Amino acid sequence: MNNSIAFKTLLFKEIRRFMRIWPQTLLPPAITTALYFLIFGKLMGDRIGTVNGASYMEYIVPGIILMSVISHSYSNVVSSFYSTKFQHHIEELLVAPVSNSVILAGYIGGGIVRGLVVGVVVTAISMLFTLIPFQHIGIAVAIVLLTACLFSLAGFINAVFADSFDDISLIPNFILTPLSYLGGVFYSVAMLPPIWQTLSLGNPGLIGVTDIDIRIAFAMTIGFIVVLTLLSLYCLHKGIGIKN
Amino acid sequence: MKALSLQNLKKVYANGFEALKGINLDVEAGDFFALLGPNGAGKSTAIGIISSLVTPSSGSVTIFGYDLNTQRAQAKSCIGLVPQEINFNQFETVHNIVLTQAGYYGIPYKQALKNTEHCLKQMQLWDKKDTISRRLSGGMKRRVMIARALVHAPKLLILDEPTAGVDIEIRRSMWDLMREVNSRGTTIILTTHYLEEAESLCRNIAIINNGAIVENSDMASLLGRLHTDHFILDLERPLAHAPTLKGFDVDWVNEKTLNVAVPKVLGLSQLFAELAAQQINVLSLKNKSNRLEQLFMDVVDANKGEGK
Repeated sequence: MNNSIAFKTLLFKEIRRFMRIWPQTLLPPAITTALYFLIFGKLMGDRIGTVNGASYMEYIVPGIILMSVISHSYSNVVSSFYSTKFQHHIEELLVAPVSNSVILAGYIGGGIVRGLVVGVVVTAISMLFTLIPFQHIGIAVAIVLLTACLFSLAGFINAVFADSFDDISLIPNFILTPLSYLGGVFYSVAMLPPIWQTLSLGNPGLIGVTDIDIRIAFAMTIGFIVVLTLLSLYCLHKGIGIKN
Repeated sequence: MKALSLQNLKKVYANGFEALKGINLDVEAGDFFALLGPNGAGKSTAIGIISSLVTPSSGSVTIFGYDLNTQRAQAKSCIGLVPQEINFNQFETVHNIVLTQAGYYGIPYKQALKNTEHCLKQMQLWDKKDTISRRLSGGMKRRVMIARALVHAPKLLILDEPTAGVDIEIRRSMWDLMREVNSRGTTIILTTHYLEEAESLCRNIAIINNGAIVENSDMASLLGRLHTDHFILDLERPLAHAPTLKGFDVDWVNEKTLNVAVPKVLGLSQLFAELAAQQINVLSLKNKSNRLEQLFMDVVDANKGEGK
């Protein structure tokens, strides 16, 4: 009972946080994706033709949605949890009878909701440019949920180990964004030479984005979620980065 | 019943600094207890361990009979903490800060709303409930932290230098508030650098120095150990130098002011008799320093160098 109230409190606090600053959290992905669709989809896409049997505009829609989900679920948790550490109001949680799993679930829940809201916004923007041929809605939603969960966890671990605001921007800027762009959002991995196709399989940004066996994508995503959840709980239990 | 019991509590930081050297301390339920010590003595480490912000190296903490290690949730539910530094979200409203804390303690939403309203009214912050907290004055921010600590009606309230940096008017009003909270049965542990505050509010006291408890007794008997009081005398007529008063050490501060050390065995009556014999009239007198301050310095000085 106590834990469920604490979880709801923390989750609503996290949702309230990103909704309050919507010009920083929800407006930019709408504008950025509108530009992607306009420049890559409309202006250049017409000259590229089709990829894997779909128009270029249709081809990039899922990748751009998922790329937005990845970056926003990650950045929500990393910035929120690091700010909580930096301003010391993590102490509000540490003094209270809130279990480590509730703390983790609250922050990850916030990241997932932000990822989903951004996903809906980006989907809505994309529908202004093309008719999306929705198929396998259940699988698509499951992939979005799992991806948001996975990258929220990654953001949480980044925040746990971060000592400065530089530390929370390094990974998104120099790892996450390049891997997302190289993960087949704007091209099919099948278009690459064999060696790069093989190397691309090692790119976590590829998982769930494009042309990979769906069973492998699910298995790897769930596997990473389990590993990162255990690592996060271990860090909280040991007080790494948050306690003396 | 014991509100708090520390048994052989030790803390060694990663850099090898031994902040606590196995302290033992008991605080009875309902007490108003002062935990004093110079900077770096180990007070904040002890408070940090009790409130789960610092991990102890060894030893045990029991809060109202609950072991902080094995009955963590129950033990934590008993505690409210007002930390030394402002540690709430400066972008949140006052109301949300207090309401959110109630949620963390598992208080259902409707009850949390009532508790929040009660605490904010008690702290005279109700009219500021929708204000973003960073826009509050320093004194108001302190009161927000007290409201937040009280929102789940803790049995043990820990105040870590709650009046640091606030003006005297706010400090006095906070004293009244702390007395009121204590009178309703809440045990209070206070750390402060204002020893007048501790002397005025607390019934029992522990002094910590170099990571060890060097004094632990009730306030009255501790103050009773003072052998000498120091007084500043304002004189009616100017004096060119300090007079010789039998049994008293007298310092000449200026021509109309004397600083006199008064041994308790002689007392003020004897002092006035000596002054009258020399036809020195006194207009007014005041304590040179707070009595506890003097004792504190004596205890700390006596333990200087120990444990280094």
